[in-house]
Order: sequence, then C-alpha cells, then structure tokens
Amino acid sequence: MSALLQLATTFGMLSVLAVGGGTAVLPEMQTILAQRFHIDHTAFVHIYSLGQLAPGPNMMMVLVFGFQIAGLLGAIVVLLSFFIPSSILCLAVGRLWNKIGERPWRRSVQSALEPIAIGLMCSGVYAVAKAAFVGPLTIGLGVLVFGLLLRTRINPVYLILGAGAIGALLMHLTGMH
Amino acid sequence: MTPTLWVIFREFLLIGAVSFGGGIVAYERILLVDKRKWLSPDEFMATLAISQTMPGLNSVNLALLAGDRLRGFWGAFVAAAGLMLPGGLFVLIAGVAYSEGADHPMMNILLAGVAAGATGLLASITYKIGDQHFRHIRSLLMIVATFVLMSVLKFSLVTVLLIMAPIGLYLYRPRAEEPRK
Repeated sequence: MSALLQLATTFGMLSVLAVGGGTAVLPEMQTILAQRFHIDHTAFVHIYSLGQLAPGPNMMMVLVFGFQIAGLLGAIVVLLSFFIPSSILCLAVGRLWNKIGERPWRRSVQSALEPIAIGLMCSGVYAVAKAAFVGPLTIGLGVLVFGLLLRTRINPVYLILGAGAIGALLMHLTGMH
Repeated sequence: MTPTLWVIFREFLLIGAVSFGGGIVAYERILLVDKRKWLSPDEFMATLAISQTMPGLNSVNLALLAGDRLRGFWGAFVAAAGLMLPGGLFVLIAGVAYSEGADHPMMNILLAGVAAGATGLLASITYKIGDQHFRHIRSLLMIVATFVLMSVLKFSLVTVLLIMAPIGLYLYRPRAEEPRK
C-alpha cells in the first residue's frame, strides 16, 4: 500500500512540474526512481528507450516503472497520477481562456517557460547519455543517430532499432561497448 | 455538426496507434484542421499555445482541449484516452518482456544499442526545439542556468523552477512594445 501511495505522490508531483512537455521531468524522474524505488540508471535508460519505440505520447513508458515497482496496479496508479493532475489543470485553464480571451501575460508565461524547459531537456539528455554511453561504440551510435536525425527525414524508430541491431552485432563480434 | 464521443475516440485512437517516431502534434493538426475541420487554423494555434503553456505532455493537453471544445468533459476524456491507449499497451507488453528477460545477456546487448539510439533522438529533439533559443543571449543564459542548477548543483526540480520561473517571468514580462527574444 505504501509503495502505491508513494508512486501516486511521486508521479502526481512530476505531472504538475512537467513544464514544456514531459521530457523536462526526465532527470528528476531518474533521480527519484533510483533513490526511492531502487530502479538503477541503466534500467531507467533501457525502459525509457523502449518507450521511444512506442506510438503515441512519448512518456507512456512511465507505466513500466509503475509495473516494475508494484505490478499492474502500480502501472495503473502511475498512469492516473502522472496524467490526471496536469490534465485537470489544463482543462480548467483552457476553459478559463475561452472566457477571458488571449492576454499578454499568457505569452509571457510561455516565453519564460520555454528556455527553462529547454534547459531541463538538456539536463535530460545529459542524464540519459551518462547511463546510455558506456563506451566508444555506444557513443558512436548515439552521435550517428543524432547526426542522421538532423540531416535526414528517416523515422527515428528505424534508427533506434538499427542502432540496437548494429550495436548488438558489433558488441558480439568485438566485445566492445 | 458535433461529432459523437465514439468518433472523437476513434480518431485519436488512430493517431495514438500510427504515430511511431513522434510528431504527434502534427498528426493532431491534420486531424483537427484538415481532415475533420473541428478547429480553424487560428483556433488550433491558440489551443496549441495553451497546451504548451500548461504542464503536461503537449500532445495530450491538445487532445484534451480539442475534445473539451467538441463534447465537453467526456469529449476531453475519450480524446486523451484514445491517444494514450495504443502506446500504453505497447509499453506494458514491452515492459513485461523486459522484466522477464532483463538478466539475459542478449537482451542487455541489444538494449545498449537501443539506448544509445534513443539518446541520439532525445538530443536531436532538444537541439531542434532549442535551436532559436541557443542564439539569443537572454534565453541561452536561462538555459545554461537551468542546466547548472539541475545537473551540476543537483537541486530538486521544484527548487529549480522556484528559482528560474520568477527570473523568466521578470525577463519576459509583458511590455508595451513586442519584446525581443
């Protein structure tokens, strides 16, 4: 019971702090999951990465953390606590907005949050990279995918799967990481 | 004509099922503005702006607000539920497989490459979203300060936001003339 309650408060908190999209809470999520729920950084980055192969909103992998910690009930608790608080807030403000119309300070709030969200995303890249880059091979694959995504229009899912396949082959053949 | 809850659910379920590799907001624009004409282009932009201002995932917030406009609370509920259902099932199945095979050496070797690729994806998304902001000294300073507080000084997210949000609101406060970035 206490694990479920702790899951609910943790993800409920992350929900309302997710400024500029879910990615902004990645570093905080990684830290909390390690400290409170003993999900180490490697498992975190593996589950996060699997989630990027899924269709739909890019943070659905939070369900897997819930599942790992407290089974199916844990996944449901995480789903509800991660999505309901921000959804209620968004709906309430959205309705208010239709009544009062656009105001200059709405733009101010968005402009102020944008660079903060980008800073947090940079922290997210740093946190994920620290766990994912375990040697020259993984660094090379990450940089290659980054470059290809900036220069081409290949679907990221194929590149991630390709990185997995090529990485596995090379690691198997050379023993390198 | 107001669409039924079932139609709203089905349309967002479709997006939730086919949007491999991200870009969901673009799919939502096609649905809402082009395919069903539930929103005008201006209404879409206004709705997107609120989605981006509020906490939570932009794609989910957008589905909620669009559903709410169409059919009130239940419209919002079925839109968000449809969007999240396929991906939710996908990650649960992948997650169960992961839990079963986490100790298998082949699983770990495969996931090492997948994780490297996903890191490249996250970096590219951050780079694309940040592109304009990295070029302006004011937003660049905000980005660097946020990163240092979070990743170097290791403050909690609440603390980082309590420090940075007031600074940001002051720097980007409404002015008589159009503020520069």
